[in-house]
Amino acid sequence: MTAAAPASGAAEPAPPRRRRGHRIRTGRIGVHAFLLTVSLAFLAPLLLAVYASLRPYEETSEHGYFSLPRKLSFDYYQRAFSDSEMTKYFINTLLIAVPGVLITLFFASFTAFCVARLRVRGSLLLLMLFTAGNLLPQQVIVTPLYVLFNRIPLPYWMSDSMTMFDSYWAVLSVQIGFQIGFCVFVLANYMRTLPQEILEAAIVDGAGVWTQYLRITLPLCRPALAALGTLQFTWMYNDFLWALVFISDGDKLPVTSALNNLRGQFFTDYNLLAAGSVIVALPTLIVFLLLQRHFIAGLTLGAGKG
Amino acid sequence: MRGAVAGAGAIALPALLTACGGGPGGDGKTVTLGSNASDPMPKKAFADAFSAYAKQSEGGRKVKVNIVDHNTFQENINRYLQGKPDDVFMWFAGYRMQFFAEKGLLHDISDIWAKYEGFSDALKAQSTGADGKQYLTPYYYYPWAVFHRKSVFQKYGYTAPRTLDEYLALAKQMQKDKLIPIAFCDKDGWPAMGTFDYINMRSNGYEFHKNLMAGEESWTDNRVRDVFDTWRSILPYCQPGANGRTWQEAATSLQKKQTGMAVFGLPHPGQQFPEDERDDLDFFPFPEIGAEHGQDAVEAPIDGFLLAKKSKSLKNDKTMESAKDLLSWLATGEAEDVYLAGDPNNIAVSDRADTSKYTPLQKKAVELVSGARQISQFLDRDTRPDFSSTVMVPAIQDFINDPKDVDGLVHGIERQKKTIFTSES
Amino acid sequence: MPLLRTPGGGPPDPRPKAPAARDAPGAARRTGARTRASARRRGPRRFTRRDLAVIGLLLGIPVLLDMVIVWGPTLASVLLSFTSWDGIGDISWVGLRNYENLFTAYPAFWPAARHNLLWLAFLGLVATPFGLLLAVLVDRGVRFSRFYQSTLYMPVVLSLAVVGFIAQLILSRDQGALNAVLGNTADPTDWLGDRDLNIWMILLAAAWRHTGYVMILYLAGLKAVDPSLKEAAAIDGASEAQTFFRIVFPTLRPVNVIVGVITVIEALRAFDIVYAVNKGRNGLELLSVLVTDNIVGEASRIGFGSAIAVVLLLFSLGFVVTFLVQEIRGESRR
Repeated sequence: MTAAAPASGAAEPAPPRRRRGHRIRTGRIGVHAFLLTVSLAFLAPLLLAVYASLRPYEETSEHGYFSLPRKLSFDYYQRAFSDSEMTKYFINTLLIAVPGVLITLFFASFTAFCVARLRVRGSLLLLMLFTAGNLLPQQVIVTPLYVLFNRIPLPYWMSDSMTMFDSYWAVLSVQIGFQIGFCVFVLANYMRTLPQEILEAAIVDGAGVWTQYLRITLPLCRPALAALGTLQFTWMYNDFLWALVFISDGDKLPVTSALNNLRGQFFTDYNLLAAGSVIVALPTLIVFLLLQRHFIAGLTLGAGKG
Repeated sequence: MRGAVAGAGAIALPALLTACGGGPGGDGKTVTLGSNASDPMPKKAFADAFSAYAKQSEGGRKVKVNIVDHNTFQENINRYLQGKPDDVFMWFAGYRMQFFAEKGLLHDISDIWAKYEGFSDALKAQSTGADGKQYLTPYYYYPWAVFHRKSVFQKYGYTAPRTLDEYLALAKQMQKDKLIPIAFCDKDGWPAMGTFDYINMRSNGYEFHKNLMAGEESWTDNRVRDVFDTWRSILPYCQPGANGRTWQEAATSLQKKQTGMAVFGLPHPGQQFPEDERDDLDFFPFPEIGAEHGQDAVEAPIDGFLLAKKSKSLKNDKTMESAKDLLSWLATGEAEDVYLAGDPNNIAVSDRADTSKYTPLQKKAVELVSGARQISQFLDRDTRPDFSSTVMVPAIQDFINDPKDVDGLVHGIERQKKTIFTSES
Repeated sequence: MPLLRTPGGGPPDPRPKAPAARDAPGAARRTGARTRASARRRGPRRFTRRDLAVIGLLLGIPVLLDMVIVWGPTLASVLLSFTSWDGIGDISWVGLRNYENLFTAYPAFWPAARHNLLWLAFLGLVATPFGLLLAVLVDRGVRFSRFYQSTLYMPVVLSLAVVGFIAQLILSRDQGALNAVLGNTADPTDWLGDRDLNIWMILLAAAWRHTGYVMILYLAGLKAVDPSLKEAAAIDGASEAQTFFRIVFPTLRPVNVIVGVITVIEALRAFDIVYAVNKGRNGLELLSVLVTDNIVGEASRIGFGSAIAVVLLLFSLGFVVTFLVQEIRGESRR
């Protein structure tokens, strides 16, 4: 970065600027007040849900959700965790979401690289194909895929159902196939903003396509990959449709269905469900907190730093 | 990234591979069972029942349960039965079972059904497909009725009404006593169906209900209009805003004595009552509307067990024998006793079951169903699932929203009914 | 990045070395033009065999996957929309009957289509601009910005179950917090049951999630804007608003496109919130819910459900074509 980037207008010495500096300071307070209000408004429903999860069902159904507590405890959290056998389902979800995110990002970034950097023939068509595919509602493709998966045999060591249906392969491949489109779109857009001369320099150095992709382009995409990784993990983690449709063995279902186990045929203890939901939401929140530094601070890479 | 590449190869690979020989085949003694009983109480009660089966089985037969939550199981039933079903699975009686029987997804069990003892003719009818063969082994059911609190009725000196007029008079009196007469809810889409079914069966009889649900009667028929007209006369006594209220909230209002009565199934209201107040719960059968049909029919959804035709291990004769052995055991009174000991919200279908440990409410429920001339299943179990979920749920919510436009409503239902029921043939 | 400084090889950089010229889209436009020139110059021999193999494999797999998983089934669905099929028995050809039924005899269809458009308008005109505003404010480098951005993003990570629960928690007529706060216990508002009201409540909930999402994307985009650009504008005497709309906003074009696409996706694919609240009935109908009701659940009116899906598909294709046209124009301008 150049030296010509002063921290803020307030530091400027010129008289007309000083007046503005004052305005900025009062403006700052206004900004804080506004942001704080909005943040609290965004947070309030979540806090209320957490609050409800600490109270017994009898109490909230008797006095309503907006009432003073008589008994607070973490009992529901313990119950939600053990009643729904969450560990088992949590592992199932990770088996799908972790490879799903990595493979999606890998293929999407390579495709975007071909489209935006190499500009292979038919790039625009490819981009359209992937982008448009992602606009389709998921439910559209459910039935044909079900029929297809039911006919693809798999050996026993890959799937104990002997078909693609009722196996993680089905869910995983659909997750990847469906999400690649969005990632290609975002990454292609991002890669266009990267300076092209870096690549050209590498080409002159005799680097092959793989090196250009892996060593030169990918590191520059770290922020975009981090942002996409967060979103994709959230989506795959929270998805329930694909598992619902392609898995019939209850022991293979993902964590979203552990929450359904807390929902009864008739009776649902919503406070217990809230506790379960909070537990289930934690991993996505952690992923966000871990990755946010990369994708928010890092984007300057593509434009200014070098 | 290397790992990612390898992973990607593995993804593409399955499409190219073909299955080479089987995995471990069944031992002929383990029966797999698809269960929708994901709630803690029934889950435990079923586990008790299956271990009791294993214990009494002389050949060392046992049950391996595959539990999927109730809602998912239901949404998935089509794919489940065509894909990789378990040998035995839990499902409902009535049209919803007959539909799959007709599609060839269920095994005929007429041979073992003939040996079942203690089942009434009404039960046999509900276990029978359109082709006259038996497919379902019934296990338990729960009747629908009008629930109320004994203490409220005592306090104001109310008595259970027998006819619609008495019912309305009672409702009027409750209004004077500053109670909302009837708790009412339909946010979930199904609770109000119980009221529709009862008004229909009380005014037009069970046969009409059955035919209407089977798509054989017209919804624009005056008899259907009468049902909605009668219902409209009750609505002023019902809780307003039903479309935004869950059944749990409605049951809570009954528990809190804000409302006086509510049309529910046996398991519903009790769950909203603290344990020490559950004895205060009572019910009376839905009142009579026309003398011709009296209080003949009782709505009592039946759950039971079926054999899935597409199950691979059932092709093994030994497993088939074990599965039938399991069903035959489940059809006995003892088997039902084991289950109901853990789940007192239902009642046994077999008259060989031991009712001595029943709660007073359960005993009363047994009286209600055993006195019934006909047993209906419930709107969403007596008709095609696509008709009930895509047509009837919104239609009844429309009616609650705007009870005046019965004409537009029944024409709308009839038009959609035609598109659904004709698409079948 | 030592490679960045490698002086060799490429054609001489025609750009002035001023830092202000390094803004992202400007650079992209210029480099875009140059790549074309250099690609043409390098001709068809720019890839070695090994390169072609790598491209063939690593581009081939995702394309194949996209075809098999997304486009093949989509085409199959289009075909199925002209048939009647319960998912089990035989498939019979019925021509346009499903569409006829859909437009004339399915009361939920038109409200659903209307709600989808309303959803798009609300997200596009309210939630997305609000997200941009929040991003701009957080980006001004105020203190606690990490706290704000995390808080505002939090609704994005929530799953279906918890959103439905929260709606019940706050908006339930009898037990909800909102009516308790407003104190109207005598004649409580039925936020979720009144069909003139509930769609707006749900739109607020949708905006709640959408805003955080948009904000994060814009925040990332704003961090990439060269501060010297703003400096230059400020020196020229431009007001903050002027600087934003004339200088900063145009440089956000790539982010705008992404956000635009996401907004369209969210509006057309909207599903989970209404499904969690009341299964998308009683005033909350959406096309995706109707597709689900008919295809995914026990109902299995595959042909009819596919017809609804095709309508939704046509909606999305409308946007795709618009986007395509713009993209081609943009390309030719480069």
